[in-house]
Amino acid sequence: MAVAFDEMNGLGEDLRPAYQELSRWLKETPPDALEYRRQEAELLFRRIGITFAVYGDSEAQERLIPFDVIPRIMSATEWTLLEKGLKQRVLALNMFLKDIYHGRDILRANIIPEDLIFQNPVFRPEMNGQDVPHDIYVHIAGIDIIRTDPDNFIVLEDNARTPSGVSYMLENREIMMRLFPDLFSRHRVAPVERYPDELLSALRSVAPHNASAEPTVALMTPGVYNSAYYEHSFLADKLGIELVEGRDLIVKNDEVFMRTTEGLKRVDVIYRRVDDDFLDPLTFRPDSALGVPGLMSAYAAGNITLANAVGTGIADDKAIYSYMPDIVKFYLSEEPILKNVQTWRCREPQDLSYVLDNLADLVVKEVHGSGGYGMLIGPAATKATIEAFRDKLKREPEGFIAQPTLALSTCPTCTDKGLAPRHVDLRPFVLTGSSHTTIVPGGLTRVALKEGSLVVNSSQGGGTKDTWILSE
Amino acid sequence: MLSRTAENLFWLARYVERAEYLARTIDATLRVTALPAAYIGKTNEWDSALLTAGVGSGFYDHYPEANQQNVVEYLSFSSENPSSIKNCIEAARLNSRSVRTALTSEMWDTINSAWIELQAVWSKGGTGSREELAKFLRFVQETSLRFDGSAYRTMLRNDAYWFSRLGVHLERADNTARILDVKYHMLLPEEEHVGGPLDYYQWTSILRSVSATTAYHWVYRETLKPWLIADLLILNDTLPRSLASCYSNLVRNLDQIGVAYGRQGASQRHARGIRNRLEHSHMDDIFQHGVHEFIQEFIADNSRLGEIITKQYLI
Repeated sequence: MAVAFDEMNGLGEDLRPAYQELSRWLKETPPDALEYRRQEAELLFRRIGITFAVYGDSEAQERLIPFDVIPRIMSATEWTLLEKGLKQRVLALNMFLKDIYHGRDILRANIIPEDLIFQNPVFRPEMNGQDVPHDIYVHIAGIDIIRTDPDNFIVLEDNARTPSGVSYMLENREIMMRLFPDLFSRHRVAPVERYPDELLSALRSVAPHNASAEPTVALMTPGVYNSAYYEHSFLADKLGIELVEGRDLIVKNDEVFMRTTEGLKRVDVIYRRVDDDFLDPLTFRPDSALGVPGLMSAYAAGNITLANAVGTGIADDKAIYSYMPDIVKFYLSEEPILKNVQTWRCREPQDLSYVLDNLADLVVKEVHGSGGYGMLIGPAATKATIEAFRDKLKREPEGFIAQPTLALSTCPTCTDKGLAPRHVDLRPFVLTGSSHTTIVPGGLTRVALKEGSLVVNSSQGGGTKDTWILSE
Repeated sequence: MLSRTAENLFWLARYVERAEYLARTIDATLRVTALPAAYIGKTNEWDSALLTAGVGSGFYDHYPEANQQNVVEYLSFSSENPSSIKNCIEAARLNSRSVRTALTSEMWDTINSAWIELQAVWSKGGTGSREELAKFLRFVQETSLRFDGSAYRTMLRNDAYWFSRLGVHLERADNTARILDVKYHMLLPEEEHVGGPLDYYQWTSILRSVSATTAYHWVYRETLKPWLIADLLILNDTLPRSLASCYSNLVRNLDQIGVAYGRQGASQRHARGIRNRLEHSHMDDIFQHGVHEFIQEFIADNSRLGEIITKQYLI
């Protein structure tokens, strides 16, 4: 693979302007001082209790996501472009969802094949014809961005269901400011701390029409054993709202209430971090103990707002992803600002045959997978793995898409052998309320800590970095 | 606030309080059993430690004999014992995780650090030497102090704080009552050899397990007298671990909740009833009536208050 574009050094040894101060600082700072602060950061994370659980790994039930102290930096110009692209993308996602669950213009225009929608398990027929306040479906989006050169931002994945990771954006900054005040004083870094306020006001703005002037918002979690539980409690705390589990909620006369020490209290907006399938055992999985019986009927009656809306999975599905540039053009009549990764849809015969011929060079993903589970990274896989995958692919081609192995950009990272480039991506968080869309300048930079690795997922040994957007 | 949150806060405080009490009990028992045999008599102090911890029956399912090693292990680290110090701290942390939003960062930090420390001690195979054990017991007591202190200094004075305090005082009253119940026979005034060295150390041990040795001398300015010890632990409102003091606090916290919610209920009435009885009792009457009966009744009333609070607020 060719040398990847480096966020700090570009393609050669030409230091990029945003990294000038950092580079100078790194030269001045002795390596053991850096190592000392790295250890201090880890201690802080453990004490605050920022952990996540890895499914299927009982040894490390609560694990820390490794934190790398070298920030990833972006100039104001870069951010302005990215921000514009993200807003465009999320607007299109919301318009697409409204259309899919109402008039379906996009299907009649033959932009997307019908069966890709109607035979998709994440399509929710319950949402057909259901209106949601201000036509917003995706209130919180986490769009995964990668770069391969200085000029383009490429979307790797849209996360429109229950994207996580924002607590790391906030805590990483908190810890960096504690450990490296000197480095901050040499930069003008845009703050991220207003994210909770922006989130709360977005959530309140989409309360049902019959809610009180001061709508009650609650955050719904599957509970302490969920891998992202820390984030759920962290956010509820920052927002000053109740962190509820299914058993704390009850539906009466199509209204949702929480059980409190003073009796039942009506809830107007639920920021839910529970998947569609587990929301309401009467509508979805009857074996779900996490949900609230009757929640969907309160939702249908318009007495509760769920954020994100039910059925948003149809917009971030990997099979739909390849149509995103067309979706943007269809609804907005604009050229998409953010690029898509070239994607082969294995459901289409000519794409499939190309993929089968080039498995060793491609990344093949399950259409409904997430978290980096169940994917094939051709160049890193053994012959046997590739052959096994080939069989799987032939049996169920419509379950997969394939993409070229991209040389994700790299960023200097602390390793056992000193600073070295490691591949990174970026997940900014896009908030949509009744009146506007906001993106707090920053996001979660994930870094593949293993040399040469392209998988940044925390469940696969990835780490995180603080993301700095410099002000003009 | 959410009923589940209130319930978690209530139990979190109980677990921490219980862990401290267990540590004190072990500590006090270690001191008594370190004395030459002539000073401790024939009673098995480790058996009575099990009784004061309220786990007498479960112990013998797992151990043949109540000696120091077995009892310390059972009370400190055993996973079989639902109220071992280890299980209390683990339960406290699990509860804290469920109610992170209702805790201040200082409280969370206390519990989380205690849990991390516990994992470290546990992974080394527990406390081998007496020195390590002493250090561990001190650590547990300090955790409880830090927890109490951080709650006191950092929590908003609202229902979250009051439910947490209810847990502390209900548990504390139960612990004090239990130690009295196990040792009540030593407090009976008709004993002829009052003042013998044996009793002296036993009494000191009672006071130590509720950290009241110094307090006794300040309050009574007397040598140790069994009826005064009983008076101190049951009726003296100035001693934070006395039954009377626990109930002043329980009544006050319940009233604060009642005022905040604009309504009183069964738990306020029940707590006030117990408080009034304590306020109007005299040690003479209690001895007349029977210390054992009095305490048994108290333990039952106290645990009924727990049930009433649960029914009124926590479910």
